[in-house]
Amino acid sequence: MKYLIYLTFLIALPLVAQADLRIFSCEPEWAALADEIGRDKVITYSATTARQDPHFIQARPSLIAQVRRADIVICSGAQLEIGWLPKLLSKANNPGVQPGNPGHFVASSFVKKLQIPTSVDRSQGDVHPEGNPHVQTNPHNITLIAHALAERMQQLDSSNAENYANGLNDFLNRWHNAIIRWEQRGAALKGKKIITHHKSWLYLEEWLGMVEVANLEAIPGIPPSVSYLSELATQFSNGGADYIIRTPYQDSKPSLWLSERSGIPMLVLPLTIGGTDKVTDLFSMFDDIIEQLLGMQ
Amino acid sequence: MYLLARLFFYTYVFIMANHVFAQDIETNDINSLRSAIDQLKQDYDTRIQELENRLAAAEQEVRQATVAVTNTPISSGLRSSGNSAFNPAIGIIFEGLAWNHDKDPDTYFIPGFPLGGEAGPVPEGMSLGETEIDISANVDDKFTAFLTTPIVIEDGDVHLEVEEAWIETTALPAGFSARFGRFFSDIGYLNNKHAHSWDFVDQPLNYQVFLGNQYIDDGIQLRWLAPTDLYLELGGELLRGDRYPTRGATHSGFGSRTIYGRAGGDVGDSHSWLAGVSYLRGGNSDRSSGNEDTPIFFSGDTDLVITNFIWKWSPYGNWQEKNFVFQTEYIFRNEQGEYTLPDNQVLAYDADQSGWYVQGIYQPFPRWRFGMRYDQLSADNLGPLFNNTQLQPQDNKPERFSFMVDWSNSEFSRFRLQLTQDESGLDSSTQFGLQYLHSIGAHGSHSF
Repeated sequence: MKYLIYLTFLIALPLVAQADLRIFSCEPEWAALADEIGRDKVITYSATTARQDPHFIQARPSLIAQVRRADIVICSGAQLEIGWLPKLLSKANNPGVQPGNPGHFVASSFVKKLQIPTSVDRSQGDVHPEGNPHVQTNPHNITLIAHALAERMQQLDSSNAENYANGLNDFLNRWHNAIIRWEQRGAALKGKKIITHHKSWLYLEEWLGMVEVANLEAIPGIPPSVSYLSELATQFSNGGADYIIRTPYQDSKPSLWLSERSGIPMLVLPLTIGGTDKVTDLFSMFDDIIEQLLGMQ
Repeated sequence: MYLLARLFFYTYVFIMANHVFAQDIETNDINSLRSAIDQLKQDYDTRIQELENRLAAAEQEVRQATVAVTNTPISSGLRSSGNSAFNPAIGIIFEGLAWNHDKDPDTYFIPGFPLGGEAGPVPEGMSLGETEIDISANVDDKFTAFLTTPIVIEDGDVHLEVEEAWIETTALPAGFSARFGRFFSDIGYLNNKHAHSWDFVDQPLNYQVFLGNQYIDDGIQLRWLAPTDLYLELGGELLRGDRYPTRGATHSGFGSRTIYGRAGGDVGDSHSWLAGVSYLRGGNSDRSSGNEDTPIFFSGDTDLVITNFIWKWSPYGNWQEKNFVFQTEYIFRNEQGEYTLPDNQVLAYDADQSGWYVQGIYQPFPRWRFGMRYDQLSADNLGPLFNNTQLQPQDNKPERFSFMVDWSNSEFSRFRLQLTQDESGLDSSTQFGLQYLHSIGAHGSHSF
């Protein structure tokens, strides 16, 4: 009988501890944003880290278990997570976070997406019909998504609505000042020519006015080939670009190789939280991006 | 602009001061004038600073407003990022192979383990494998539907088959979900994997022999997922019992049932695991197996237990760059009943059989994967009554060694080379071949 009581407590424990909003984020940047807005009223979990390509994730048991208990699932969308998120959702038996419900939050749907293809064919590589999903690299997008996310968090957890409103205000005040600072510092980057591994930085380029002159992947989603890299090495043998940029999860060999051949400096920029040692939140992410780019001048 | 204004103002104040007080040159007057002007200056400095602040704030507001206007949300955000609007998501799988046996596959059989269901040797020479159409969509807010129809060519006739056709709930509370229709049973690990996601051209021996490659049947399934950090899933199925390893829809068409449980989790960023135990009990009435021309028939009960363990590794969890998968499954089967042999002789049958496989697939860099598999079967001697029948196992255990290499241009195309040393039949045989697996249409997602 005693054991039965213990068992009841053990089963009831997770239910009691459920006071806060449980957030399952597909990428670390949305977990960081939810933390800024929700402060101590949320428990956030990020499905991926900065060392992982969010397009190629295994639908792991641990992730299914997390989605099962989540009050809200926050993902970039635009087919970035299409290879694994649908499996998590179908296995997790959690009606609240299914597409179409308030607990399903698609971050990229709140911003103007770039690179929306006029025609879609897989011969163009792994194209995203809804546009480029890496929207977090423009801080103005974060502002828009923060507004929408706070509203959604208030809807899901109305008892803490004031906390989310205050969290949003506090975040936006600091964020606006930071944007002014980044835009002042980043003005020197306007017109800089960059070569990127994959089309991961479109929104950053648009924001800072940088020009993407080439990608290391000849076709999106297909690893860089030796022949195409040789072509690039010839094309950029006399410079012609200011930086070669990759994310921490992209293979380092192609960018190092081209950097050695062409003499163009190579940078590993954080695409999300944890991308470099300095990046612990959204603020330090943009600080690091801008200072790394400026440091190379 | 405000700098100009400030300059203009000071100049104006000084000119005015000079003009008005030019005649008055007494020193204390000048001093008091100076302090008055200083006072004025300070006053205006504060006001100008205030104005500047307000201007900066206004500018910031305008900037935000501009961003908000140019980036007007294009949807309410409730729209999902799935790849279907109202049309269902459609994907088509293309598969084909060229396979070489050094023995005649038509006379191939494993003594003691007559094959049933879809199981059998890989066809010789060039052949089109399963061309499969997958169609899926949400039915409404509470149900989702899935259909797989392979286009099958048999003896020159082309027809569509319903491999899977099921409805699943999406809105049951408390971690439950139910599926009904025709589906791959959720037992074991490989049982519900579609052929295009296999790591080798064929299934391991234990799946071929004990499940007829894969157990698929009509019925209902209930799953429950525990609300814990540890992945813990329990499930059960009630099925018609008319597909190998069951037959004849016994018990008025409720002839087969399963229960299973699985657990899984991560160890750090780089490792993850999944382990499971499954149990199937099914009835049989005249289940045919063995040689197509001289089949044998089983009536009785089948009890089957599967344990499986999967370990996946990839540095920092960056799957695309490098990964390794270790996978093993053990199947135990007991069958009690009677066999009717080709000469109409009926033999009482009660046998324990088992089989397992272990495999490792390594992807050292993007696109290329290398794999090895060992599979084997074992069974007790059935006694002299069964000598010279298909049911009597050989003294030496049936086993195979397989090696494979595959190359994927993208997520959607794959070519595979496989070599198998097969010691499962009466004599050993070496087989090898090339397979292609391509998919078009909706971007599929794969389970762990």
